[in-house]
Amino acid sequence: MVKEKREILTGNEAIARGAYEYGIEQAFGYPGTPSSEILENVVKYKDSIYCQWSPNEKVAFEVSIGSAFSGRRTMVVMKHVGLNVAADPFFTVAYSGTEAGFVIISADDPGMHSSQNEQDNRNYAKFAKIPMLEPSDSQEAKDFIGEAIKISEEFDTPVLLRVTTRISHSKSIVTLEENRPNNDREFPKKNERKYVMIPGHARRRRVIMKERFEKLAKYTEASDLNFAEYKDLEIGVITNGISYQYVKEVLPDVSILKLGLTNPLPMNKIKEFADKVKKCYVVEELDPFMEDQITAAGIKVIGKEVISEIGELTPEAIYKGITGKVIELPDTVSEINLPIRPPALCPGCPHRGVYVVLKKLKARVSGDIGCYTLGVLPPLSSLDWQICMGAGVSMTLGIEKGWDDEIAGKLVGVIGDSTFLHSGVTGLIDIVYNQGTSTIIIMDNRITAMTGLQDHPGTGVTLMGDEVPELNFVELVKAIGIKHVEVVDPLDLPALERILKKEMARREPSVVITRRKCVLIDKDLERIPIEVDPEKCTGCKLCLAVGCLALSFEDGKAKVNPMLCTGCMVCARQCNFDAFKQKGEYLDFKNE
Amino acid sequence: MSETLSVLIVGVGGQGVITASEIVSEVVLNSGYDIKKSEIHGMSQRGGSVSSHIRFSKEKVYSPVAPKGSVDFMLSFEKMEGLRWIDHIKKDAVAIINDYRWDPLPVSSGKIEYTPEVNEKIKARRKAIIYKATDLAAEIGNIRVTNIVLLGTLAKLLPIEKEKWLEVIKKKVPPKTIDLNIKAFEEGYKKES
Repeated sequence: MVKEKREILTGNEAIARGAYEYGIEQAFGYPGTPSSEILENVVKYKDSIYCQWSPNEKVAFEVSIGSAFSGRRTMVVMKHVGLNVAADPFFTVAYSGTEAGFVIISADDPGMHSSQNEQDNRNYAKFAKIPMLEPSDSQEAKDFIGEAIKISEEFDTPVLLRVTTRISHSKSIVTLEENRPNNDREFPKKNERKYVMIPGHARRRRVIMKERFEKLAKYTEASDLNFAEYKDLEIGVITNGISYQYVKEVLPDVSILKLGLTNPLPMNKIKEFADKVKKCYVVEELDPFMEDQITAAGIKVIGKEVISEIGELTPEAIYKGITGKVIELPDTVSEINLPIRPPALCPGCPHRGVYVVLKKLKARVSGDIGCYTLGVLPPLSSLDWQICMGAGVSMTLGIEKGWDDEIAGKLVGVIGDSTFLHSGVTGLIDIVYNQGTSTIIIMDNRITAMTGLQDHPGTGVTLMGDEVPELNFVELVKAIGIKHVEVVDPLDLPALERILKKEMARREPSVVITRRKCVLIDKDLERIPIEVDPEKCTGCKLCLAVGCLALSFEDGKAKVNPMLCTGCMVCARQCNFDAFKQKGEYLDFKNE
Repeated sequence: MSETLSVLIVGVGGQGVITASEIVSEVVLNSGYDIKKSEIHGMSQRGGSVSSHIRFSKEKVYSPVAPKGSVDFMLSFEKMEGLRWIDHIKKDAVAIINDYRWDPLPVSSGKIEYTPEVNEKIKARRKAIIYKATDLAAEIGNIRVTNIVLLGTLAKLLPIEKEKWLEVIKKKVPPKTIDLNIKAFEEGYKKES
C-alpha cells in the first residue's frame, strides 16, 4: 500500500493543490492580501496549469470567462474588494454559465488586517444567485475545489469559493492525492443564445437561472458538506468557515450544524436541526448572512444579538456570546500603556523620499493602495485622502474642480506602478480630457510590493517566469496626452524637489515617475550603513522625522542601526549639523 | 481527551518569526501530532508586530488560534512584544524572552518613550526565561541565527526529542549555514529556567 502523503499547508496552498488535483487548466488573478499566495502556489504546477497575473481583477475575470467559455476548467482568484472591480462580468456570467467548470475565489479580510474595508462577500453569491462554498480548514479548502468544479459543471453555473484571512493564512494537515485526468472537451460549437448576453438572450437565461437555483436548493439539502453533529441538545449552533473550528474549540459539548455549501442554505436541514435543539444559535463572522435568511424562513435563532458583526471572531468572543461567561484570565497587561508598533516603510524604501519632499512642499495628497499608503502614519503624515485602487489619480480631478485657485499648486496624486496599471490609467485619461491640472506621481518601484512582490506588465516578467517587453510608462502617459512627464530617482531629494516644485506650479496636468527598485528586490544595491557622530549630533530630531526603523533616539542623540540601514541618505540630508558619516567620512550635501 | 498544546511566537516583522514557526510546525508534524498554525501576513511584515500561533495534539486540533490565557509556551524575539502578548499565556506557563530592544516608530521618532523595566513587568506576571539571545547569536557568528538560539530553548521545554529538531533545522536552513545554526540551537538548548 502506498503511504498516505500528508503535508501541512496554508489554505491558500491547499486551494492551489486542489486546482492541480481536480484538473483546473487555467488560473487568473490580481494579487491582493490575503489571496496572493494562491496563484503563487498554482505556478508550482505550471506543467499542468496555465496561470497569470492580469493588470486588474476585472481583466482577470474576463480572461477567465473566455477560458471557461472555451471549455477549459478555470479558476479566478482575488481579494474581497477585487470582486468589486470584477463585479460587472461577475453578475452576467451568472446568467450565461460556462462550457467547463468555473470557480471564483474570493478571499475576504474580516478585521481588515490588510484591507480598506471588511465587506462580507457571501452577499455577492446571494446577489448573483450562484452557489457558494466555505471551507473551514486547509483540507476542506482543497476538497472544496473538487466540489466547486463538480457543482459548476453539473448545474452550469459559476461557483464562489469564499475564504477568509484566517483560512487562507492558517496551516493544517492536508492529505495529498494525484491529479485527476483533465477534461476531453473539444473547442465548443457556436452557441450565441447562451454566450451573447443581449437582452433577448439574457431574459431567457434569467428564467433558467431561477430553475437552476431551485435545483441547487434541493442539492444543498442532500449535500454532505452540510452536516449535523448532535451532542447536548440544550444548545445548538449553526456555523460555517473558521467559526466552526472556534465553536468546536470552546464549546466541545454543544450540537453543531456545520454548513459548507452556504448558498443556497439548506433550509429544511436547518429547520430540522433548530427543532431538535432547545436553544439555537447562528455563529458567523461579519454580516448576519445566514441568520437573516433563517429568521426570514420563520426559524427562531439567536445570532448577532450575542455575536459581533464587526471584525474577526475569536474563540473567546464566541464563548462569551453563547455562555455569557468570560474565560478567566490571569493578571493582564491592560493597565500598561504599551507603545503601538505600526507597520512602516522599510529602511531604504524609495517611497520615503517622495513623502519627505511632499511634506516639505506642504502638498495636499490624494493617495492610493499599496505600501506607500503607510505614508499616512506619523511621522511622515503625508496623505490626505485614500479610498480604493485608482482613486489616487481620479480623486484629484474632483478635488481641484471645485477649488481651483485655493488648491492650485498644492494638489498631488500618488499611485504605485502596479496600481497605476490596475486602474490609474483611466483616471489620468479623465484628467487630460476634462482639463485637470494636478501633478500625478507614479511611484514606480518596479514590483507589486505590498502583496508580497508580484510581477506586473511594467516589470517585464510573467507569473510563469517568461520574459516579455516591459510596459513603457513614459510612452503610455504621453499617449494619453500628458505633455509634461519627468522621471526621477526618489532618493535624489534635491532633483525630486526641483521637479515637483516646477510641476506642481504648472497649470497643466503633469506626471512625475519616481523610479527606483523596491529595496526588497534591489539585488544590486550596495548597502553601506551610515552612522551618527554623537559629538556633532545636537539631538534636534530632524532626521527622525523621516520615519525610519533604522533610526533611534538614545541618550539625547540619534543613532543608526547598522543592521537595518541601507545608506539611502534620506535622514542624513535632513541634518543641519553634518553629523552623519559613511565609511568614516562626514557627509556633506551643501553643494547639491 | 488529550491536551492541545499551544506555542505562541511573537516579534517584529523581519526578525524571523515566521521561519521559526515553520520549523516548529514541521517538527511537530514529524512527531505524529495533529497541528494547526496561524499568523497574519501582509502589512505587519513591515516592522510591525508579528505573531504566530502553533497548536498541536495527539488528537484533533480545532482552532488554529490560541485563545487568550491558553498558551503553554511563548517565544518572544523582542522584549516589549513579549509583554504585549503576555495575557495570552497560561498563569503557570513559561515565556522565553529575548532581552532585546527594537524601538517601534513612535519611539524611534522621538514621540514617546520605550516602556521602562519591561523584563521586570514580564517577571511580575509569568515565569520567564530572559536572556540576550541576539548577543549570543552575534558571539556564535551571526545575529541572524537569533531565532534558532531561541528555538533551542523552546525545544528543551517541549515534549519532543532533540533529534527531530536537528533534522528539521538541517533541512530548512541554507546548507552553508547548517553548522552555525546547529551551534545556535545547542546554545539555546543549554539555557535553563
